[in-house]
Amino acid sequence: MTALGKLFRTTTFKLTLVYLTVFGLFAAFLLGYFALNTRRLITEQITDTVNAEITGLSEQYRQGGIRRLVIVVDARARRPGSSLYLVTTFAGEALAGNVTALPPGTLDNPGWTETIYKRLDEADASDHPEHHALVRVFQLPGGFRLLVGRDLDERERLYNIVLAAGRWSIAIVIVLGLAGGLFVTRRVLRRVDAMTETTRTIMRGDLGGRLPVAGTGDELDRLAENLNVMLERIEALMRGLKEVTDNIAHDLKTPLTRLRNRNEQALRVAKNESEYRAALESTIEESEGLIRTFNALLMIARAESGQARDDMSEFDAAEIARDVGELYEPLADEKGLVLKVEANSAPVVGNRELISQALANLVDNSIKYAGVTDGTVNGVAGEVVVRALTEGDRILLTVTDCGPGIPESDRDRVVERFVRLEQSRSQPGSGLGLSLAAAVARLHGGELVLADNKPGLKSIIALPRRGPVQISG
Amino acid sequence: MRLLVIEDDRDAADYLVKAFREVGHVADSATDGDDGLTMAADGQYDVLIVDRMLPKRDGLSLIGALRGKGIGTPALILSALGQVDDRVKGLRAGGDDYLSKPYSFLELLARVEVLARRRVGRSEETVLRVGDLELDRLSHQVRRGDEEISLQPREFRLLEYLMQHAGQVVTRTMLLENVWDYHFDPQTNVIDVHISRLRSKIDKGFSQPLLHTIRGAGYMIRDGAR
Repeated sequence: MTALGKLFRTTTFKLTLVYLTVFGLFAAFLLGYFALNTRRLITEQITDTVNAEITGLSEQYRQGGIRRLVIVVDARARRPGSSLYLVTTFAGEALAGNVTALPPGTLDNPGWTETIYKRLDEADASDHPEHHALVRVFQLPGGFRLLVGRDLDERERLYNIVLAAGRWSIAIVIVLGLAGGLFVTRRVLRRVDAMTETTRTIMRGDLGGRLPVAGTGDELDRLAENLNVMLERIEALMRGLKEVTDNIAHDLKTPLTRLRNRNEQALRVAKNESEYRAALESTIEESEGLIRTFNALLMIARAESGQARDDMSEFDAAEIARDVGELYEPLADEKGLVLKVEANSAPVVGNRELISQALANLVDNSIKYAGVTDGTVNGVAGEVVVRALTEGDRILLTVTDCGPGIPESDRDRVVERFVRLEQSRSQPGSGLGLSLAAAVARLHGGELVLADNKPGLKSIIALPRRGPVQISG
Repeated sequence: MRLLVIEDDRDAADYLVKAFREVGHVADSATDGDDGLTMAADGQYDVLIVDRMLPKRDGLSLIGALRGKGIGTPALILSALGQVDDRVKGLRAGGDDYLSKPYSFLELLARVEVLARRRVGRSEETVLRVGDLELDRLSHQVRRGDEEISLQPREFRLLEYLMQHAGQVVTRTMLLENVWDYHFDPQTNVIDVHISRLRSKIDKGFSQPLLHTIRGAGYMIRDGAR
């Protein structure tokens, strides 16, 4: 497609043409109306003048007979810029006036006629053009005829001027309109072309590209800004997806390899049924761990992709704190810890199931690691406290323990998937608990904060009370 | 018990049919939604096990069609989609239970048996009895023999659920779903701790234990004397 062809096909240009047509038609109508009305007005003036003169002249005739009429007409006809006059006998012989060369028979029709004529003082000069006039023929008593009229050239000239002005202005409108349209179209087209170019780069796989924003805050800028936000989101999703696949590949392959090795070894070494049975049982156990890890990964992926946003409702976070506390209390007790719940009403909009699970993971974590020792701190039973409270426009779900805590340098790292600080892996778990809690917090537009409880760990899920903010135009 | 397995993966269907027969049930299988609907519509089955994604007619619409015909055979939906909203969709379509793949056979069996028994309508009773253990659902009182046992509200619901399904295996996930209404995996097996607490309240000091651990599957409350 040529550049010009592209220009003509743009919406802006088509709109320009439509506007131009409408505007041109409107201008033509306006000027035509103006011209016609001017003409009509002039004609009206002429008839008024002529009628007045005829009334006056016939009065003169009535008072002073033909002689007086002839004198008056002669006098009037000689004035410069005068009207047209002619007085004839019944036979058509001219008695007075300044008009000649009327078409034959003009005087036989009383009333209004448009006619050609020559002025008496220029009748000999054949190069003089004929003039047009509007005349009225009046039958005087006694067989005389009186003709009074006005030259029409002035009217025609004005009419022609208006028509010419009309043609010119329409031509100018079209030229300026087209030029303006082309200018605007090319400006818009340049920006749209720049956007198209960027989207092509993005489609080729470079997700980092962003649409140019001119900074004028117009509709194209708004569009570009919104599309950029969308691209940002898509890029984040793609990155998340890639991370998930990488992690699945890495962290599911390891246990799968172990599973396979163990089975191969059983086939090679096992001698009796009970050994086979033991191998099979450990296989099932291992596969259960795999399924668990897999489910946790899917859950995180789901939370991070934002799908769970459809499932939000308003509820009291205090209830969640109490329920989760109740679920874990016997476990804490078994580990020699005291689990307490301090929950004030904290209404929040969110996905109840996911928030429950996130909090359960934090509690599970605290019990698991604070209970590693005999559960006592300086001889006193360790405490795990679950709190729910409202703070400004956020709600906080916190879990504090008196365990070993997490060194500050490691706090960012533990939230990543599969990171487990204790090297021996003596505690069961997939290493995904904190990652899931962090993903759930992000899904709700909040965050997971790990802090020092001096001693111990303080994990905080902070969520906006009104749920995640929707991106709007 | 007569069971119908509607599952398009022939291996999985054969495995289930065989496994159900081994534990003494009668099981048939269908491999697509239309066949499944025809067979299920006969109404000869006690429980239907329906895969969610089937050729010709998917599992949810199959159940919907059955319910439309007024056939109330309990249906358990098997699905690779395990999220809470998928489960809710399945139950809303007329399914009675939902199990996500991969599952253990013992979990499936326990759930199927509970579904089959539900038809008998045991949940209507106001006083549940297992051996000399008695639970009054109206007054919220629990006694064993002459001794009154005091339980926390959640312990009461746990015992109530177990006693409603006395003589049947109840798995940990079933307890988590039905007693706590959670559909996630709490990582550590918190349920075991709750059970051992309950056990210490109802079985401690009695010669005949009622609450049994079924290895690899879950728990069962049953009168051992019988």
